[in-house]
Amino acid sequence: MHTKQELQVAALENGTVIDHIPCENLFTVVSLLQLEKMHSNITIGFNLDSKVLGKKGIIKIANKIFSDDEINRIAVVAPNVKLNIIDNYQVIEKKWVELPDELLGIVKCNNPKCITNNEPMPTKFHVINHKECLVKCHYCEKEQTREEITIL
Amino acid sequence: MKKESFVSIAELSKDKILYLLEMSKEFEKTPNRKILDGKIVATLFFEPSTRTRLSFETAANRLGARVIGFTDPKATSSSKGETLKDTVLMVSNYADIIVMRHYLEGAPKYASEKAPVPIINAGDGANQHPSQTMLDLYSIQKTQGTLENLNIFLVGDLKYGRTVHSLLMAMRHFNPTFHFIAPDELKMPEEYKLYCKKNNIRYVEHTEFTDQIIADADILYMTRIQKERFTDLMEYEHVKNSYVLRNAMLANTRSNLRVLHPLPRVNEIDHDVDNNPKAYYFQQALNGVYVRQAIICDTLGLSLETIKD
Repeated sequence: MHTKQELQVAALENGTVIDHIPCENLFTVVSLLQLEKMHSNITIGFNLDSKVLGKKGIIKIANKIFSDDEINRIAVVAPNVKLNIIDNYQVIEKKWVELPDELLGIVKCNNPKCITNNEPMPTKFHVINHKECLVKCHYCEKEQTREEITIL
Repeated sequence: MKKESFVSIAELSKDKILYLLEMSKEFEKTPNRKILDGKIVATLFFEPSTRTRLSFETAANRLGARVIGFTDPKATSSSKGETLKDTVLMVSNYADIIVMRHYLEGAPKYASEKAPVPIINAGDGANQHPSQTMLDLYSIQKTQGTLENLNIFLVGDLKYGRTVHSLLMAMRHFNPTFHFIAPDELKMPEEYKLYCKKNNIRYVEHTEFTDQIIADADILYMTRIQKERFTDLMEYEHVKNSYVLRNAMLANTRSNLRVLHPLPRVNEIDHDVDNNPKAYYFQQALNGVYVRQAIICDTLGLSLETIKD
């Protein structure tokens, strides 16, 4: 079933629709997913009407299914995003992006004296508060809020 | 034997803390026990800390273990760019256990994930110094007969003082009342006050350090105020002599009061306090050896029963 907004941009035959992206984070999501490096047909909708968000962003990527790791990268900046997996113009699977309990190799530790910034190793964060996106470095034990988060 | 690293005080349960203190007591009774004969303890000090290193090496020697290691990272391969992982894996080939001091925060935890032998954190930057906390707890328990329901006064640099933060976290199991005495620039950070609230730890904040304020203290934990912590040097000049403990201030304090200090001391405890029976900081340092004997044995999988035999 297509919503009115989705019809404003071209319908997708196969691939993924990422919906309900807060406008202010749309282009961060684009860069997190490294869409600029993809060769598939991609439609990006910006400032579309949304009952929930007022205005929203939407991204349609042809012939691409994201892995959980790739989706986790979005969760940090856009926690309530919805993913529709499309096959032959039909939604075959709906996914809600959720912040995992652990973030592996996604977030940079802001503490310059943390071992993760001085050793070739992946970072690891524990999500202390999912709602506020408060995360704590597994190694140096420093906490950081959503506003302080830098994506690797 | 079960390998279990000792890297963070936050991971220790109340039972585990009391168990390690019980084991430390055994070592105080009889410090020389050759139960680690044939074992090798590596002390890797990526930043110098003579006091901590001597304490660990004494502990290892009293247990009959041999000690290898380095005290100056400039003379080692890490200055040539070797990763911590490589250093730790190499040393694991030689030693049964690694005691590590590192200027980078989280280094011992990372090492504990990579090394096949247990790691003991002997201090990682501003993060943790769990063996110091254990010896503080041991000193408090020994002088007060209990860890429960005590009035603990923390004085000096409460902002950067890693020992006071770890002590605060470890005491959450024992229903303490804390008093924080510090200048505005060095007061207890918000995150630790939040931690107190979350864990139902009572605390009172003071900026003045007077004999009236410390009248009902059981433990007076002094720390050094460092000049380099101040952005405003005028402020430093103003406060540097305000947080000094003098013998006269102890006259009307409780008879069970003991003065602790992680050492080194500069001028924050006047030398006239040293002969007061309430001064406990040198015995406190000695307790560090017993506590570290217990930590080394526990991480190598030796139980309290084995030690008693």
